[in-house]
Amino acid sequence: MLNAVSLSPEAWKAIVLTVELAGLTTVLLLLLATPLAWWLAHTASRWRAPVVALVTLPLVLPPTVLGFYLLVLMGPQGPVGQLTQAMGWGTLTFTFSGLLIGSMIFSLPFAVQPLQHAFESIGPRPMEVAATLGARPVDAFFTVALPMASGGLATAGILTFAHTVGEFGLVLMLGGNIEGKTRVVSTQIYGHVEAMEYAQAHGLAALMVFFSFVVLLALALLKRRPVRLLP
Amino acid sequence: MKRIVSALLALAAGAALQAAEVSVAVAANFAAPMREIAQAFERDTGHKAVVAVGSTGKLYAQIKQGAPFEVLLSADAQTPARLEAEGLGVAGSRWTYATGHLVLWSPQPGLVDAQGAVLRSGQFKRLAMADPKLAPYGAAAFQTLQHLGLQQTLEGKLVQGDSIAQTYQFVATGNAELGFLALSQLLVEGRLRAGSVWQVPAHMHAPLRQDALLLVKGRQQPAALALMAYLRSEPARSIIMRHGYSL
Repeated sequence: MLNAVSLSPEAWKAIVLTVELAGLTTVLLLLLATPLAWWLAHTASRWRAPVVALVTLPLVLPPTVLGFYLLVLMGPQGPVGQLTQAMGWGTLTFTFSGLLIGSMIFSLPFAVQPLQHAFESIGPRPMEVAATLGARPVDAFFTVALPMASGGLATAGILTFAHTVGEFGLVLMLGGNIEGKTRVVSTQIYGHVEAMEYAQAHGLAALMVFFSFVVLLALALLKRRPVRLLP
Repeated sequence: MKRIVSALLALAAGAALQAAEVSVAVAANFAAPMREIAQAFERDTGHKAVVAVGSTGKLYAQIKQGAPFEVLLSADAQTPARLEAEGLGVAGSRWTYATGHLVLWSPQPGLVDAQGAVLRSGQFKRLAMADPKLAPYGAAAFQTLQHLGLQQTLEGKLVQGDSIAQTYQFVATGNAELGFLALSQLLVEGRLRAGSVWQVPAHMHAPLRQDALLLVKGRQQPAALALMAYLRSEPARSIIMRHGYSL
């Protein structure tokens, strides 16, 4: 069924690009999502609810809506496009950077929510204890809170990576299908299916199913609590 | 009593004939004219055409997997031929219901000239076209670039939509300054959209023949046969031409 040798150079290019995109999205998004999740877990601000709704929005919006608006916003007449052009970067549509930004928005809830829940479940107590022991808040965050939330961090990372690999509609709309730049595995599979090249589609699609299963298996193992047997 | 019953039966049979439905799979570029044709078809014959729109590649996959379509209006000539060869279409029912026209269009007035010289000037950052592997209009655009000897020069500027609908979106939102599209996409109420346009001469690419095929599921269906015939009728022909196709 799965014959890695039969994957074409084109397919390998798409795989490498997909891993690059998912990897960078994960790293950048965790850097961004960690402080945001911490703030959401602790704030009493009246802005909390709107921010929670905003962060969750990509979860419920169809990727075509997201893709369409990003296409318009990042286009030469859009506000983001005007800004990037003024900075001398040109427009971001049809570029790897554009896909990266799109992916970060698309996966935002998948990074923020596990982290936020992890921070919330720690409760205020450990940080208070750290403070009584003389730790500055920043130190306490890195030495106490973050290690205690490591499960949430891992979940956020795995989900973001997997969700980016599985992203399709957004890439299709923002990417322009440029080999080595914006043609990822999912759009490549779509192209094969549409072109009736079912054999090539099978190779990549099977790989995708296998990968997704491994990711979900890893998540399930990660979440498994040690079983305590009663005597 | 007997007479009333038979009269009622005849009426019911007549109503059943009147209300017959035909399920048509229609290539995305022909969706708008098909909507009008379906209305005229129902008005003139009493049959109802239930339309499913999709890319030809998707429709092909669905038909192969037993989708209940009775008629296919393809965006190309190859797919109906393939389905016929595979025994899913009625032999000899294939014919060209429309021929499409390729245009180079930009929403900016004055960017595209009437000779298409803008392609040689390279005065643009992005040129959009449909994926040549997926969409007949993409293949025609590719052949045009080859004909002009420009496909290598312009390769770095090409962005591809998975269909001409998406290609239109790239150009209409300004993300690509210009793009190869179907003339039918640029006609609104029979008038060309604002901007600038080059009608690509037909000799620069293989003809964009769009073929219709009666599928085996429609072989015995009066409504399917009626639709195949209706597509050749005067009202249907004038709708097709008004949408930028020739016959």
